[in-house]
Amino acid sequence: MSYKEIIAKYADKPGGIIEAYHAIQREMSYLPIEAVGETAEVFKVPVSQAYGVATFYSMFSVKARGKNIIRLCESAPCHVAGAEEVLAALEKELGIKVGESTADGKFALELSECVGQCQATPVLTVNGKPYFEVSPAKLTGILAEYK
Amino acid sequence: MVSITIDGIKASVPDGSTILQAARSVGVAIPTLCYHPDQSIKANCRICVCEVEGNRLLQAACSQPVAEGMVIKTRSPKVLEARKTILELILANHPQDCLNCIRNGNCELQDLAMEYCIRENPFEFKVRGYKKDFSTPSLFRDQDKCIMCRRCIEACSVIQSVHALGVENRGHHAMVVPTLGMDLIDSPCIMCGQCIHACPVGAIGEVEYIEDFLKAVADPDKIVVTQIAPSVRVAIAEEIGMSTGEMPMETFVTGLRQIGFDYVLHTNFTADLTIVEEGNELLKRLSTGGTLPMFTSCSPGWVNFCETFYPDLLDNLSTCKSPQQMFGALAKTYWAEKMGVDPSKVYSVSIMPCVAKKFEAQRPEMNASGYQDVDVVLTTREIGRLFRMSGLDFTKLPPSNFDSWMGAYSGAAVIFGASGGVMEAALRTVYEVATGKTLEDVNFTATRGITGIKDAEVDLDGTKVKVAIANGLANARKLMNQVRAGESPYHFIEIMACPGGCIGGGGQPITKANAKRVERIEAIYVEDENLPVRKSHDNPEVKALYDEFLHEPLGHKSHELLHTHYHDNQKKYL
Ligand code: SF4
Ligand code: SF4
Ligand code: SF4
Ligand code: FES
Ligand code: FES
Repeated sequence: MSYKEIIAKYADKPGGIIEAYHAIQREMSYLPIEAVGETAEVFKVPVSQAYGVATFYSMFSVKARGKNIIRLCESAPCHVAGAEEVLAALEKELGIKVGESTADGKFALELSECVGQCQATPVLTVNGKPYFEVSPAKLTGILAEYK
Repeated sequence: MVSITIDGIKASVPDGSTILQAARSVGVAIPTLCYHPDQSIKANCRICVCEVEGNRLLQAACSQPVAEGMVIKTRSPKVLEARKTILELILANHPQDCLNCIRNGNCELQDLAMEYCIRENPFEFKVRGYKKDFSTPSLFRDQDKCIMCRRCIEACSVIQSVHALGVENRGHHAMVVPTLGMDLIDSPCIMCGQCIHACPVGAIGEVEYIEDFLKAVADPDKIVVTQIAPSVRVAIAEEIGMSTGEMPMETFVTGLRQIGFDYVLHTNFTADLTIVEEGNELLKRLSTGGTLPMFTSCSPGWVNFCETFYPDLLDNLSTCKSPQQMFGALAKTYWAEKMGVDPSKVYSVSIMPCVAKKFEAQRPEMNASGYQDVDVVLTTREIGRLFRMSGLDFTKLPPSNFDSWMGAYSGAAVIFGASGGVMEAALRTVYEVATGKTLEDVNFTATRGITGIKDAEVDLDGTKVKVAIANGLANARKLMNQVRAGESPYHFIEIMACPGGCIGGGGQPITKANAKRVERIEAIYVEDENLPVRKSHDNPEVKALYDEFLHEPLGHKSHELLHTHYHDNQKKYL
């Protein structure tokens, strides 16, 4: 589905902008600037406002990024449980730093705040799906699911 | 009314007052940053905190309403300590750049740093490191200095309905950016500069051309000629410590000669000329079934707005150039010829209340003389700086007059500076041209004042002409939407981009409240009243210009030099 079709689907819903953004990201993993412009037009808000929404929430990105978005929790409980080692391993495994995407366009690596799963730290999510008690050793298996 | 106690002073204040309003009414000053008297309450900077008895937390005075019996402390040690910490936190990522800053000496943050004796900041110093945006010829943005008060956003969206500015990201990373994080020139910004007035600090400012001017003055080959816009005189006084309107025109002229101008002429001359051309254009449109309503075209911010947001209505815009550009075209043709000078040596500087004029002067079509018609535009604020730089004492300067040829003007030209003035000036002329009768009372008071939208009806010997006036583009938008829908009852519409008209222009002395604009408007009408000639077509130099050079309004020469065309500039993202 093109972003235009997606936006049109949410046009009449109150608060539809955020839902439309989520739907676009499911399709293309980020919000192209054109999609933000189109959203403004369809929802009849100034582009500056639609852009404000797109950049306010950390789960949205207006920059092109890898298809599968890995987000490692960096809040205190996960941090204490060893998120840092997981991060180092992720960066090594993917060959990129936080905020970057792999050259093949498959993965983007980001950090997130607490995702509310502190019972099983460290936590990371891939495209919103959580993985618990992650360790460097588990990474190859997790990534393989998306290759 | 509610009874309260502020710093031990008992007071009775109107219900619903905020602590800030209550305190000010009894002469207690509370510092503010995000608060702006003509805007909505934002309460995001917290510099205005006060202690309210019975409350553990400090309260923001700008947003907290008073309640019966409230006991408020605005200067307790706890309050002072909190304010100081807030300031230190702001300053911890604010460039320590006052000496090089466009707002040095006129900055709300600098004032507070001084008042609160900020010395050694305990917080780690880290400037955010944004790149400055100098993409437009009119105004720049220096985001590192932004304190995120959001006053500019409100000016741009609520007053102007342009929505060029918004917030990107959130929390610590939040920043005010033009649409989609683009450079200002790629956003829908129409370069009015109202955000400059709104900004408490030096995060937005006019692009200065002082160096270019000084270079021209230093060049013996250049004949430096200036024109002054009608609204500059009333406001320039504020830049040099006099009160609004207090600078006599004759002293101002001497001051300009002192800073290096070879010839001091007046935009008012071409304001009169604009009225003759535009008045005739209106009559022609009325009698030949031309596109109506006709819109005035002297406010370049408004022209940018029309090109950006209403490209379908460009035929409604009068084809008359603004007085600045008419002057520019004539200075390097008619004037140069009359003075017997080589037009290539004429360096034409205009002194304007406006930053959009800087953009207008650089439009590629503004070269009817064969050169760039206006070389440089300096704002009232830049002229203020040049005056201060030269150390002039205006109480001692002898008076002097404008140079002849393009220095004479009528009261009708003077009122161009206030919203409704162009309309009133046009009516004075149109009435006489259309009816052949003398207009006994030249004052059309219905067109005056700072009200956002005004309208009136004039009887031209049986033909009723309906006119409307808007200042501030959110107001203009209402009239434009009517026109677009085919429902406009008007024949002639005056639009000024800035609130109050040019007296409130983006290049005027920093205007912290609309009350200042009202004062300037009053000064404008006083000047009009005191002039012997009050109708544009009676200006003797304008008459001579037609006799010797242009021959007739809307004639061949006029079209070549004084009229222009517009471009659809609809941006991809509005
Ligand atoms: S914005 Fe104000 S405080 Fe900041 S550098 Fe400029 S003058 Fe100084
Ligand atoms: S100059 Fe005018 S249009 Fe441009 S950002 Fe500032 S307020 Fe908005
Ligand atoms: S640019 Fe100026 S007015 Fe706008 S938010 Fe920043 S400090 Fe406030
Ligand atoms: S801290 Fe990581 S999930 Fe709560
Ligand atoms: S002035 Fe009150 S919070 Fe900014």
